[in-house]
Amino acid sequence: MNFPILSSLILLPSIGALFLLFTKSNKDNNITVKYVALFTSLVNFFLSIYLWILFDQSTSEFQFVEDRTWIEGLINYKVGIDGISILFIILTTFITPLCIISVNNSIKSRLREFLIAVLIMESFMIGVFCSLDLVVFYLFFEAGLIPMFLIIGIWGGTRRVYSAFKFFLFTLLGSVLMLVAIISIYWITGTTDVIQLYELGIDAKYQNLLWLAFFSSFAVKTPMWPVHTWLPDAHVEAPTAGSVLLAAILLKMAGYGFIRFSLGLFPIASEIFTPLIYTLSVIAIIFTSYIALMQEDMKKLIAYSSVAHMGFVTLGIFTIQQQGIEGSIIQMISHGLVSAALFLCVGVVYDRMHSRLINTYGGIVSIIPKYSILFMVFTLAALGLPGTSGFVGEFLILMAAFKDNFLVAVIASLGVIIGAAYMLWLYKRVVFGKLVNLELKEMVDLNKSELFILICLAIPTLFFGFYPDPLIKTIEVSINDLISVHNINIVRN
Amino acid sequence: MEISIIALPLIASIISGCFGKLIGDRSSEIVTSLLVTIAAILSAFVLYEVIFNDYQDNIVIATWINSGTLDVNWSMKIDSLSAIMLVVVTSVSSLVHIYSIGYMSHDPHKPRFMAYLSLFTFAMLMLVTSDNFIQLFFGWEGVGLCSYFLIGFWFKKETANAAAIKAFVVNRVGDFGFALGIFLIFYLFGTVNYSEVFELIPTVVDKNIVFLGIEVNAVDLICLLLFVGAMGKSAQILLHTWLPDAMEGPTPVSALIHAATMVTAGVFLVVRCSPIYEYSELALNIITIVGMSTAFFAATVALVQTDIKKIIAYSTCSQLGYMFFATGVGAYNVAMFHLFTHAFFKALLFLGSGSVIHAFKDEQNINNMGGVWKKLPYTYSLMIIGTLALTGFPFLSGFYSKDAIIEFAYLRGNTTGYYAAGIGIITAFLTSIYSWRLIFKTFHGEYNNKDIKIEETHESPLVMLIPLVLLSIGAIFAGYIFKELFVGYGGVNNFWKDSIFFLKPLSTEHPPIWFLVLTPILVILSIPIAYYLFVKNKNLPHQIANVNKPLYNFLLNKWYFDELYDLLIVNPSKKFGLFLWKFFDVKLIDGFGPDGISTLIKKFSLKANKFQSGYIYQYAFVMLIGFSALLTFLMIK
Repeated sequence: MNFPILSSLILLPSIGALFLLFTKSNKDNNITVKYVALFTSLVNFFLSIYLWILFDQSTSEFQFVEDRTWIEGLINYKVGIDGISILFIILTTFITPLCIISVNNSIKSRLREFLIAVLIMESFMIGVFCSLDLVVFYLFFEAGLIPMFLIIGIWGGTRRVYSAFKFFLFTLLGSVLMLVAIISIYWITGTTDVIQLYELGIDAKYQNLLWLAFFSSFAVKTPMWPVHTWLPDAHVEAPTAGSVLLAAILLKMAGYGFIRFSLGLFPIASEIFTPLIYTLSVIAIIFTSYIALMQEDMKKLIAYSSVAHMGFVTLGIFTIQQQGIEGSIIQMISHGLVSAALFLCVGVVYDRMHSRLINTYGGIVSIIPKYSILFMVFTLAALGLPGTSGFVGEFLILMAAFKDNFLVAVIASLGVIIGAAYMLWLYKRVVFGKLVNLELKEMVDLNKSELFILICLAIPTLFFGFYPDPLIKTIEVSINDLISVHNINIVRN
Repeated sequence: MEISIIALPLIASIISGCFGKLIGDRSSEIVTSLLVTIAAILSAFVLYEVIFNDYQDNIVIATWINSGTLDVNWSMKIDSLSAIMLVVVTSVSSLVHIYSIGYMSHDPHKPRFMAYLSLFTFAMLMLVTSDNFIQLFFGWEGVGLCSYFLIGFWFKKETANAAAIKAFVVNRVGDFGFALGIFLIFYLFGTVNYSEVFELIPTVVDKNIVFLGIEVNAVDLICLLLFVGAMGKSAQILLHTWLPDAMEGPTPVSALIHAATMVTAGVFLVVRCSPIYEYSELALNIITIVGMSTAFFAATVALVQTDIKKIIAYSTCSQLGYMFFATGVGAYNVAMFHLFTHAFFKALLFLGSGSVIHAFKDEQNINNMGGVWKKLPYTYSLMIIGTLALTGFPFLSGFYSKDAIIEFAYLRGNTTGYYAAGIGIITAFLTSIYSWRLIFKTFHGEYNNKDIKIEETHESPLVMLIPLVLLSIGAIFAGYIFKELFVGYGGVNNFWKDSIFFLKPLSTEHPPIWFLVLTPILVILSIPIAYYLFVKNKNLPHQIANVNKPLYNFLLNKWYFDELYDLLIVNPSKKFGLFLWKFFDVKLIDGFGPDGISTLIKKFSLKANKFQSGYIYQYAFVMLIGFSALLTFLMIK
C-alpha cells in the first residue's frame, strides 16, 4: 500500500477544520459551515468503509502500516491497524457525521468553532485507534481531551465550568502516570514501537507497576468504579452532540487501550490484576445500575447506565478468552451506537421542552409516535434484549466470565435484571402514562434530520443483533492471536 | 415450507406495524389474521407429516453468533414436540387474531395491536423450533417483550404500565437463572446445541462442581437453573406475581399469551430438556413440589377473587402447576397432553370472559354481573363447555389430561408422587368450585349491575363467536382424539420418538379403580355444591368468610406475596440506589476526590496569599530563614 490511507483518515478532519477556520461565519453562513464539516466527515466515513473492504481478515498482522521518523532514534510516527482497531475507526467515522447533522437545534452560538472542535476530535480519536507507537498514542489520547473539555466548558449547561474541570482533573490524574510509564518503557526496552514491544516483551518484574500506571489512566477514561463520578456531570452539562461523542467514542479509547496495551504489553501483570478488574467491574455493574434506578435526570440515568455497560466491557476483556474479548468489542460498538442514540433521544425532547427531568414528561407516545418507537428500540438494546447488538456482547461476556469465575458471572448477571428495571421504568415515565403536563401537547415529532440520524443508528443496532458475523469475523483472527501470544507469555514465565 | 411458518407471522407483524397507517385498520387486521391462519394450516400439515410419515428435520437458516468454540445458528428443528407446539401456537394465535377484530373494534390503535400479536407469534415459534439454547433464549425474551407491549397496550392506564414492567422484570429474574443455566451448559460441554448437549449429559452425571461455595452435582445444577427460568415464564409460585397483574392487558392477549402459549414455555423447556432432567432426581422432585404448591396455592386464591379475569389467571397458574408436577414425576408426554388440551379450553374461557366483559361494557367484577344467561346464550353455553373441560368433567378434554397427570403421579410410587396425587385431587375439587362460582355469579342469580341496564347487554358479534366455537370443539374433543397419540398406554415412544427421553419407561399399570373414579366424582359433586353456595344460599359464603376473616384476607390478598416483595426487594432496592448515589458517589468519592482536592487547594492558596504581603522586610526574613536552613542541612550532611 503506497497510499497513506490511515494518515489521510487522521488528517482529513483536521484539514476540514482548518478550512472552517477560514470560512466566515455569520447567521446565513451557518449552513455552509455545516455542509463543509459534514462533507469532510462523510468523506472520512466512506474512506474508512473502503479501508474495511481492503482489510484482510485472515491475518493478525498489522496492516496499512506507515512508519516515518519523527525524532531521530526516539519517536517514530507509526500507524497501522489490525482487526481490533478497525471497528473503532469505523465507529468514529460513523458517529461523527451523525453528530454534525444533529447540531441543528442544540448549538445556538459559535457553530463554526463547535464543528472545528468536533472535527479535530475525530482526527485525534482515529489517531488513538491506529497509532503503533506509545508516544504517538499518548499524544492523541491526551489531545482528545482538549476538544471535549472545550465542548463541555463553552457549549455546556449552567454548571459547565465545574463539570469541565472535574472531567479534566480526573482524566489528567491518570494520564500523568501513563506518561511516566511510557518513559520508563523506553528506558527499559529502548523503544516505544508497539510492534517491537510485542516481540521483545517486557520483563516481568516491571510489568506490575507499568500495568498499574496504564490502568490508572484507562480506568478513569472507561470509566470504572470508583473514578466514574466525572461522567454523569460531564454528560449532564455537555450539549447533546458532546454527550454523543463522549459516550460513543471517547469512552471506547480506554477499552481499546486495555486490549491493545494492558493485555498486549503486560500479559503477566494482566493475569495478576484480573481479580482487581473483576471486582471493580462487578461493583460498577451493580452499584451504578442501582444508582441509575433512582435518577431523576434522564441524561444522568443514561450516563450511569454507561458506567454499568462499560463494567461489562472491562469484565469481558480480562476474562482473556475469545468469547470475552469479542463480546467486549461488540459491547463497545453496540454501546457506541445505543448510548449515542439514547443521548440523542434525550436531546430531542430537551430541544423541545428544555428539561431533562423525567417528571416533566409522561404520556407523549401519542403526541410524538415516531420518536417513541425509536426510543423504544434503543431502550431495548440498552437492556440487552436478544435480537439487538446489546445482547450479543453482554451474553458473550457473561459466558466467558462464567467459565472463569462463577461468582463474578452470577453477580454481573444480576445487573441485567436491574438494567431492565431502570430502562423500562425510564421509558414508562417519559413516554407512557397519562398526559399530565399540558405543555407537552405542543411537541412536534422528529423532523427529517432527527429521524434520519436515529434510523441510521437503529439499523446497525438491529442488524448486528441478528447477524453479528461481520463484526466477529473482522476481529476474530486478531483476538485469537492476542490470546495465544498471551498464553505463551504466561507459560514462559 | 417449514420456514414460512415462522416467517409469515413476522411478515404480518412488519406489514401491520410499519405500514398499518398506510393500509388502514381493516387491511392490517385481514393481513395479519390471514397470514397467521396460513401458518396454522401449514403447521397442521407438518404435524400430519410428523405423525404419519415420521418426518423430522433440522433446518439451518443462518449463522447467528459464531465466537470461538461457540457456534449458534438460526435454525428450525422439527420433531414431534415442536410440531405439537407449532400447532398449538399457530392455531390459537390465528383464532385470537380473528377474535381481536371484533374485540378491539373500538380501539384506535388496531394495527399496532395486530402487529404485536403477530410478533408474539413469531417469537413463540422461534422459541419452540429452536435447536439450541440461545435461540430458545431469544424466543424466550422475545415473547416476554411482546407480553410487555401487550400488557401495557393501554398505555394511559397507570396500572397497566406498572403491570407490564412487573411482568418483564419478574421474568428477567427467571431469565437470570435460565441464562446461568446456559452458561453452565456451555462451560461443561462447550456447546449449546440440544443434540450435542443431550448426547454429552451422561458423561457428567457423576460430576460435582463447586458453585458459590456449595458443592453440587452438575446435572442437578443445570436442571435447577433452567427451572428457575421456567418458573418465571410459567408463573410458578414465588415468581407468579406478574401473571394476575398481566390481566391489565386486553383479553385476547390474556387468552393467547397468558393462557395458551407463552406461559406454557416453561413446561415446554422442561419437556424439551427431558434428556437432562431424567438424570436429576433432585430437580424432578423440586419441580414436583413447586408444581403442586403452585397448583394448590393458585386454586385457593382463585376461590375468593372477584375479577373475572384474575380468577381465570389464577386458574392458569394452577393448571401450569399440574403440568409441572407431571414433568416432575417423569410423565413428560402427559404434561404435553395437558398443555395441549389446556390451550384450547383456557383460551376458550378467556375469550368467553372477554365476550362477557364486552357485553357489560368493560365491567370485570363478577359481583356486578349475574342473571344474564338468557341474554348471552352463546357465550353462556361456550363458557359452560370451557368450564366443564377445565374441571375435568368426564369425557371432555380436561378429563383425560388432568386425570392422567394424577394417575401418573400416583404411579410414580414415591413419596412426592403420592403427595402430588393427593394435592392434585384436592386442587381438582377446588378448581371445580371456583370455576362454577365464576359461572354462577356471572350468569345466574339476580342481575347486579347498577351502571348498565340488563337490556343493554348484548351478545358478541359473529367474528368473536366463531373462534369461540372452534375452540370449544377443541375443548370437547381434543382429549378424546389425541389421548392415544400423547399418552398411548400401549407404546409411548411411537409418536414422541426421541424428542422426549425416558430413562426408565413410564409405568403401564393402572391405579386402583376407586382412585380412578375419585376425581370425576368430586368434580361432578362440586357442581351442586357450588350451585347451593353461590346461587341458592348466597349468605353462606359470606358467613364462612366472616367467621374465618384472617384466612379470607390471606387468600384475598394472594397470600401477601406482593406486599412481601415490596417490603423485601423493591423498597430496599430503591433505598440502596439512593444511598449509593447520595452517599457513596456524592459524599465519599466526590467529597474526598475532586471536590475535596479543589477545596483543599483553595484553602492552601488562601494561606499562601498571606505570604505575599508586599513588605520587603518580611520577604527578607523568610529568605534568611530559608538560607540558614539550607546551610545547616548542607553542613550536617
